[in-house]
Amino acid sequence: MAPLRRAGHLAGGVSIAAIGAALAGALVVWAEGARSDATWTWIPADDGPMATVGLLVDPLANAMLVLVTLVSLLVQVYSLGYLHDERAPALGRYYTYQSLFAFSMLGLVLSPSFVQMFVFWELVGLCSYLLIGYWYARPSAARAAVKAFWVTKVGDLGFVIGIVMLWAATGTFEFEALFAKAQEHALAIDGLGTIMFLIYLGAVGKSAQFPLHVWLPDAMEGPTPVSALIHAATMVTAGVFLVTRAQPLFALVPDVLTLIGWVGAFTALLAASMACVEGDIKRVLAYSTVSQLGYMMAAAGAGAPDASFLHLLTHGLFKALLFLGAGAVIHAVGTNDIFRMGGLFRTMPQTCVVFVVGTGALAGLPPLAGFFSKEAILAGVWEAGMTGPFLMLALTVLLTAFYMARVVFLAFFGRALASGHPHEPPWTMRGPLWLLAALTVVAGLRLALAESGEPHGPGWLAPASVALAAAGIALAWAMYQRGTVDPARLDGTFPFSAFGFMARRRYGLDALYGGLYRGFILGFSRLIGWIDRYLVDGVLNFLSASTLRGGDLLRRIQSGQPQDYVYGVAFGVLLLLIWAQWWGS
Amino acid sequence: MTLPVLSLITWAPFVGALLIMFTARHRPLAVRLIAAVTTGISMAGSLWIYAVYDREAAGFQFYEKLPLVPPLGISYELGADGISLLLVLLTSIIIFAGVFASWTVVVRSQEFYALLLALVTGVFGVFVSLDLFVLFLFYELAVLPMYLLIGIWGSSGEIRPRGIFAWAYRETGVGTKEYAAMKLTLYLLFGSAFILVGIFALYVNAGAASFSFLDLEAASFSPAVQRWVFLAFYLGFGILAGIWPLHTWSPDGHSSAPTAVSMLHAGVLMKLGAYGIVRIAMGLLPQGTSDWVWLVGTIATINIVYGALAAMAQTDLKYVIAYSSVSHMGIVLLGAATLTEAGLNGSVFQMFAHGIMTGLFFAIVGLVYEKAHSREIGRMGGFGQVMPGIATAFTVGGLSSLGLPATAGFVAELLTFMGAWRSAHVWWLFPAVAGTFLTAVYVLRVAKQIFWGPPSPHVHPLEDARGPEWVALILLVAVLVVFGMVPGIAIAPVVPATVALLSRIVGP
Repeated sequence: MAPLRRAGHLAGGVSIAAIGAALAGALVVWAEGARSDATWTWIPADDGPMATVGLLVDPLANAMLVLVTLVSLLVQVYSLGYLHDERAPALGRYYTYQSLFAFSMLGLVLSPSFVQMFVFWELVGLCSYLLIGYWYARPSAARAAVKAFWVTKVGDLGFVIGIVMLWAATGTFEFEALFAKAQEHALAIDGLGTIMFLIYLGAVGKSAQFPLHVWLPDAMEGPTPVSALIHAATMVTAGVFLVTRAQPLFALVPDVLTLIGWVGAFTALLAASMACVEGDIKRVLAYSTVSQLGYMMAAAGAGAPDASFLHLLTHGLFKALLFLGAGAVIHAVGTNDIFRMGGLFRTMPQTCVVFVVGTGALAGLPPLAGFFSKEAILAGVWEAGMTGPFLMLALTVLLTAFYMARVVFLAFFGRALASGHPHEPPWTMRGPLWLLAALTVVAGLRLALAESGEPHGPGWLAPASVALAAAGIALAWAMYQRGTVDPARLDGTFPFSAFGFMARRRYGLDALYGGLYRGFILGFSRLIGWIDRYLVDGVLNFLSASTLRGGDLLRRIQSGQPQDYVYGVAFGVLLLLIWAQWWGS
Repeated sequence: MTLPVLSLITWAPFVGALLIMFTARHRPLAVRLIAAVTTGISMAGSLWIYAVYDREAAGFQFYEKLPLVPPLGISYELGADGISLLLVLLTSIIIFAGVFASWTVVVRSQEFYALLLALVTGVFGVFVSLDLFVLFLFYELAVLPMYLLIGIWGSSGEIRPRGIFAWAYRETGVGTKEYAAMKLTLYLLFGSAFILVGIFALYVNAGAASFSFLDLEAASFSPAVQRWVFLAFYLGFGILAGIWPLHTWSPDGHSSAPTAVSMLHAGVLMKLGAYGIVRIAMGLLPQGTSDWVWLVGTIATINIVYGALAAMAQTDLKYVIAYSSVSHMGIVLLGAATLTEAGLNGSVFQMFAHGIMTGLFFAIVGLVYEKAHSREIGRMGGFGQVMPGIATAFTVGGLSSLGLPATAGFVAELLTFMGAWRSAHVWWLFPAVAGTFLTAVYVLRVAKQIFWGPPSPHVHPLEDARGPEWVALILLVAVLVVFGMVPGIAIAPVVPATVALLSRIVGP
């Protein structure tokens, strides 16, 4: 593959053709509604395989397959335009990683067992690490890549311990077997709650839930198409997919589900608050992703996995759209800072239109796709009687609309600030944008038609949530477009000043983890290194040096002078005589 | 009469060593070709026995026997089961790659290769011998040439004398290659004294007047004898396997050794220790094993965490890799100590996986050192731009080391974890898992420092790997990935061997 990799664009073509074929296959499988579960031995053992690999195809997997292949295809086409200036070998490397990612993500989606899911789970994490560090010569990218790997790895420790414990208790990793046991109430294992909590920890890391969400904003160091694909539409939703896939098991442990719901809602609110004060367009979107993942997790925790999964799908479409749109803007103006953009509506009208469509969907405006999935989540959480999470999520609706409208007003409207000559991107980038925008609208209309008969939740919910979103947009309009409310003054008044202060510092979590890493892990390792070198090995060197010195001392006895030897013999005889005396008496 | 294939594998490198000494004087290319061909023969042989081993029948196959000293029951007796099969394959891969990785040794390359090949014969011999006396001879043959290989072709580092024993550091010359060679040799000979005593104790107590493993397996030993003999074997073989706190020969020795020797020593020789514990101590002393696994497993967990933390503290690249071996050998011994099928399979698989990955690491460090003339991690940076091939190989090795799926390291670790949680000491799982996280920290930290970031102002690396060096890198990377994706090819023959071993210890 090395020559092909160096070919750059040709490598991109091969990769795009492959993912296109995968999309075609996924659509066929989806249209047929195929179901299958096939496994082969992976790790053999004395009595039957200890672990298997296989393919599990069901409606859940089908929908994910289509989403993953579709977004992958669009992102790979888009990348041709976005990374046009890269050197050929680097572009080849990019497409190698992209293809590896697509393979790993599909493998994850099709997993029939926890162990296979873990295998691909780690592989998508690897691709994420490699792609965040795509511009590896940049120190910030290198740092962000390892940070992403380590933080998600912390969650994965829980995941692997959890599946090992589950295996030890049940003797299998297979979903089908485990679900069957769950159905027959044969899963009354001690500590099932602990096991499921540990497995959920894996999802906390991968889906950037509090307190392990810190890696995702930094992951924006990667190229923007990567952020769109991996850190918005697909990989980060793997945690939600895991909880959805293992729903029959999580259903047995309501305490863990409640925890998932609370953590999800809290994550949604926390991340949204940080998005409100962020000036980097990609980071705003990253926090928004964290926040939306919180929504999905909250729904999963509230026992509404369908709503959660629906939001996963619609969010995949419109968040990819938003990221790719942001990429087009960054491509045009050469900065990520929204305060240095402005007035882009005039120079990039097409990008502006699709970005606004994405914003509307994210803010939850009907009839776009995001409205229906968010409605379903709010309804699910309300019906589960989780008032606390519901209030947090409702407040997040307001904040979401606010921070997205803020980006739109600052970047596309108002005074033109961007230097240079912003221009519309080439068709390789515009095509995917329009297609995703169209899908966002079509999916919304489709959902509107499907759900017109039976509205979710209480009747006041939909109007209330739209009103909250509208209020958020109006506030952003007043602050950043109209100028009636001065953002600086608002930021100076309590309680906004306190929240702003903390949100800008990411609530101190990054600093805390940095301190733990440097102070605890590195400090402890230095201590162990010193102990090993100077104490454990010191004892050994002490013994050997003592042996050398002892030998040196004994050597001096052998002086070569006869009188010394005569003294020695005499002394020895004397000793023997004394000893004989003692022995005799 | 069938072909004595195990003898062929074992003695081919030795014949190569003789040929090199007597026919290839001052012809460096001939030296390398002879080495490549004879180790190639061993590799072909080990692949062949691997392919034709009858997995249904299991047990020891390719049996050969030639009485040497009949009155004492000493005979040249060879046989291979699933465990030896995998380790023979490991040895042949590492030495074959090692021949290519040290292609550029200039000084006295004739003697270097001759000693290296003689040493490998010793390693093969240990893995296939069924006679404990002959096994011990092979064991010494594998250990002793190290002294010359490190003392002559090694490289010295610098270690500042500190702490309360500082005077002893000045006296013994810590940091020099002569110190490292002496330390390694003396330490391992100290261990082999215990092994010899253990072997004689079994010989005397069995009363069968035979050193044959098969005869001793049939004999039964009293619990008291089993207790202390197991401990002697554990100590003797354990030193070579790098058990804490008797591991300090390993970082110094491996860092000072030349590339191929580090590869072979960390990759294969440490496995001799682990193999000795599993095959001889556990295989012959079931009661002793059940009495002492708590100690073996607990020390193994210390190895895992302590080795990883110590690796993180190092500033010299070779020391990082050497301490990572200390950590990974902990996984090997932990898997064995779980006394479960999963754990034992994981242990054997980790012997293989760690051998390959650490061989790869030392090959890469050798290449980097040769090009950049530095082992100081802090002085390197941005090498990925000029040596992308080496960077990729290092990354694959590192990922296997931290147990990333689709590499061999993951399978070994997962099996060990599974075994740990089913063992009598479930808490072993947690330090083992924590070790994988610490490994991720130090491996990626080192990779980031060396290969990522802006180019270092201190060191100007020259180029990527060349010609023969690629053979070593590609071979080892391919093995890591293939065995990680299809672990069944390695585990299937191991299963009957581990199940038979377990049934002797814990009952069927």
